[in-house]
Order: sequence, then structure tokens, then C-alpha cells
Amino acid sequence: MEIALRELYGVRCGDKGDISDISLFADSEKAYECLVEQVTSERVKKHFGSMVSGHVERYLAPNVLAVKFVMYGALGGGAPSSLRSDNLGKTNGASLLRMKIDVPEEILAGSKRAKAPIEEIRATSSK
Amino acid sequence: MVNKSSVSIGGGQGFYGDGLAPLADLLNVGLDYLIFEGLAELTLAILQKDRLRDESLGYTRDLPLYLANAQEVLIGRRTKVVTNAGGINPIAAGRVAVETLRSLGGNGLKVATVVGDDVLSRPDDFALEQDLLFANVYLGALPIVQALQSGADIVITGRVADASLFLAPLIYEFCWDFTDYDRLASGVVVGHLLECSGQVAGGNYSGAWWENKNPDRIGFPYCDVEPNGQAIISKPKDTGGRVTFDTVREQLLYEVHDPSSYLNPDVTCDFTSVTLEDLGEDRVLIEPSLGGPPPTTYKGLACKPNGFSCEVKLGYAWPDAEAKARIAIRYIKNRAQAIGVEVLEWWEEYFGVNGYGGPTVEIDPLYEPPEVIGRLAWRCAQPAQAQALFREVGVLGLSGPPGFASIGRARDGKPTQLLKVTQFAANRSKVDPYVKIEITEV
Repeated sequence: MEIALRELYGVRCGDKGDISDISLFADSEKAYECLVEQVTSERVKKHFGSMVSGHVERYLAPNVLAVKFVMYGALGGGAPSSLRSDNLGKTNGASLLRMKIDVPEEILAGSKRAKAPIEEIRATSSK
Repeated sequence: MVNKSSVSIGGGQGFYGDGLAPLADLLNVGLDYLIFEGLAELTLAILQKDRLRDESLGYTRDLPLYLANAQEVLIGRRTKVVTNAGGINPIAAGRVAVETLRSLGGNGLKVATVVGDDVLSRPDDFALEQDLLFANVYLGALPIVQALQSGADIVITGRVADASLFLAPLIYEFCWDFTDYDRLASGVVVGHLLECSGQVAGGNYSGAWWENKNPDRIGFPYCDVEPNGQAIISKPKDTGGRVTFDTVREQLLYEVHDPSSYLNPDVTCDFTSVTLEDLGEDRVLIEPSLGGPPPTTYKGLACKPNGFSCEVKLGYAWPDAEAKARIAIRYIKNRAQAIGVEVLEWWEEYFGVNGYGGPTVEIDPLYEPPEVIGRLAWRCAQPAQAQALFREVGVLGLSGPPGFASIGRARDGKPTQLLKVTQFAANRSKVDPYVKIEITEV
């Protein structure tokens, strides 16, 4: 079944110069294999379109069930030169979580990734 | 021979402007070493602007505040401090530290400053341009180790690889050899995990972050490290956040490029050899990892001016909010041409539609957001040009698309200087002879 990466994976991203790096984290070997098979550097490059002017490299860290993407020319020239609101690319990880992949249904059933309980949070906020 | 049978080392600051309250909790742990890491890549650009205004500045100005907050363990000689708060002016930072400690009654404490990372005055040695604002190389652990060997209680550096601030005390205490790459790599892992303070302890955690306990009192992390490089990472008792396999692995790969070959000035680390075991109760065991010889050059960063930017944020409400914002921004871009302002670069964002996500967002043609904020930023060579265009925005209030609402203050149109930072490889023989350690007794 088709899902957004958000439903199954964790993410963290960072910056170095004009490079944005994103790591995706799986919670099982099977979920990790789905990442390795489907989330290629070519797909990530295409996903970010005009936001990434350079190439995208992919690295595997099976010891922590992670797949890592290093995107060149991804921050509008680097933080102190960038015109972007998010000049450090702190939201790029979230943007990658939008990508859709196909996974066996049973993997999704065991997912510990959830949505924040917004009704509850809203009810306890002041506005 | 080892000086200590195990070393406890904590990350008390993760960036210039980090929280001070978590530091108080960390002090209660009884650490051997407290590290204040204040230099993100961007920070040197901020400090450079300070130094341009006042030659006695250029360090992270919260250094006295950090020392004052840690005075109990410092003056009691329980804990030593290593920090890169020196920024681009470690000498000035050292002076301020000595003054601060003197006023706190820290007589007899030894403050070491490390210089030699700043290569601005020698651009030809590294084939750099002449008109730079700063040029620094990332030094390794050696000068910090030497400072500790000389009896320093507080070591203040400029640009040093972040993890090396943590690696150095481990080398010193465990007498690790500079060719014992597996030990060095294990020390870099510890440093890498601790250098971003709360980010390994539940901060920025992408899992169920809303389930973090006491998120308003996140604990800063520390490691108990063994002489073989094995470590347990944890956080002070009764603090918020969490330290788990998940939070630790997210930080392990943070800002790492090839995880099998993470470059540090003293060692090339294989982060794919790291084994993490969640021991429960906010403790994660980190097994010793593998390393190899370091790169032959130091990494350097050079910075030069790159023009000036201004920006506007235009808020519009439903209906047709996106259309209004887009047309208003088109108006401003047209005005640049009409008044003859040369814009070198534009950037448009539409918050409420795809402001952050850009082309990664699939837009449903039927979706009508309740509001959209259009943001337009532009870069010009001169501040006056950038500002001239900002003056063209006001007319939209009464003569643009319906319902223009202002969004906060965009610095009242005051231009921001942009800085271009470029990485370079620095020949070690052109750096090392200039690295000097100075020790001052308070």
C-alpha cells in the first residue's frame, strides 16, 4: 500500500555550508529495506525540485537502520547568504517525509509513528 | 597509565544563545568536564559583525554568564571547562574569563587560551581571496590536551572541531595515543552526541515528541566514559526529555555526511560501527567504535561579503488568499524594474500553501487556505538599493489586492548584510606552527 514516509519513519536534518543533510530512521529491518529499495538519491533530488540545485548523495547506516541523504546546493547559498526563511534547512526533513512509497500492509500495522494528538493539545492551549 | 578510571563529561551549551536553566541540573551530576560549544557555522559570521564594530569583541558574549552559572563547580575545582567561546577572538575571551573568575573569587584558577585557527592575516598560505571577513581552520584536540597537561582549569579556544572539545579531555585523562584511532573515534562519538546539548535528550526528536516528560525542563546530556572508549549517555535525574536508542541515533547521524567516514582533524570515524544499546531509564550504552587515520588537511571556512537583503511579509485572508499574495509580490518585483533597482537574487515563499516545503508540497486545486503570508526576499549589491525597493511596498496597503495585513516588523526595511562562507582545505604545515597556548592564572 502507498504511504507517506511520515507514517513509518523518523527524521533529522542538519546543515553544513550550502549542504542540507537528512537522515531517515526505520523501526524494523523490513521498514529499513523498503527505504533502501525505494528512496533513492534520484527520487530525493526530484522530490526537492528547484529547492536543490546540486546533486544528492545517499549513504546507509544499517547499524541504526538509517538512510542518509546529503543534498548539495540546497540552502540558497548557505545560511548567512540565504534568502530563505529556513536558511538552515531545518524543515527539509519534514519535506522529505511527504514522499510516498509502497510498503506491505503488515509493516504499517506495527508502526510506532503517530500524529500528535492535536484535539487534546488545542484544548489545553490558550487560543 | 590513566589519570582517571572513568570520566564524566557533559554538554552544557549547544549553541550561542542556548538555555541556562538545564546547566544548573547538569552541575548537580558532579561532572569532571563541562563543555560549552557555542560556534555553529553561522556563529562566526555573527561574531565577525561584532568584531567589526568593536575590536575587543568577536567571542560569544555569554561566556561570563556561563562561567558565573558554573562558578560553584569551577571554583570548588570539581569540574574543568573546555569551550570554543573564543570565537574569532580567543584572546579577548580569555581576558574576559579571567576578569569574571577574579570577580567570582576564583583566585588561582588557570585559564588557557588556544590561538592559531584564525588564518585571516595569511590568505596567501591557503590560496584564499584577500578581502575576507574571516578565515578559520578547524583545529583538533592536541592544543586542548596540551593546555590540560599544563594544568589549565578552563580552556578557551576559537574554531576547533566541535567533537574535539570533548575528545581532548578523554585523550588527556586516559592517555590515549594519537594513533589509537579506535579510541579516538569512540571519543569523537561521545563528543558528537553531546555537542548539541538537548538535541540528544528529546529536543528536536521526530518521534512522539509530545510525550516528552517535562518538555519545559529538558535535561542536558552527559556521558560516563571508560578508558576503552565505552560510554553511557544519560541526563540528570528528574529532568525532562528522554535519552533513548531513538534520540541517540537521530543525533548520531546529525550533520554527518558519509557515516562510514566521518572526518575529524584527529581521526576518521566509522559511525556505522557504532552499537547502541538502550538500557532504559534514560541511559544508552555506546560500545567503542572503529576509526582510521585523519584527513591530511584541516577543514577551513572563509567568509566574504555577499551583498545585502531586505524582505517583506504580506498577509492576506480568505477568499483567494494565495492569489492576492502572489499578485502583491508580483507587483513588488515589477517595481524593482520600474525604479531601476538591480536585484541579484529573489526568493518567494507562500506560507499557508507551501512556504517551507516548496515543490515537495502537492497542492490540491480545491484547497482554499484561511490565510496566506507571502514572503519576498531580495539581494542587492548595496544596502541602499535593497532598501529603496522596500519603500515601494507601502502603496500595497491602500492600492493593492484587498485585505493586506502586516505581519510583524520586517526590521523596518533595514537591510541585512549577507555573507558567503566557503570551505577550503588547509595544509597542516601552514597551520600548526602558529597554534599557541597561553595560560593565565587568575
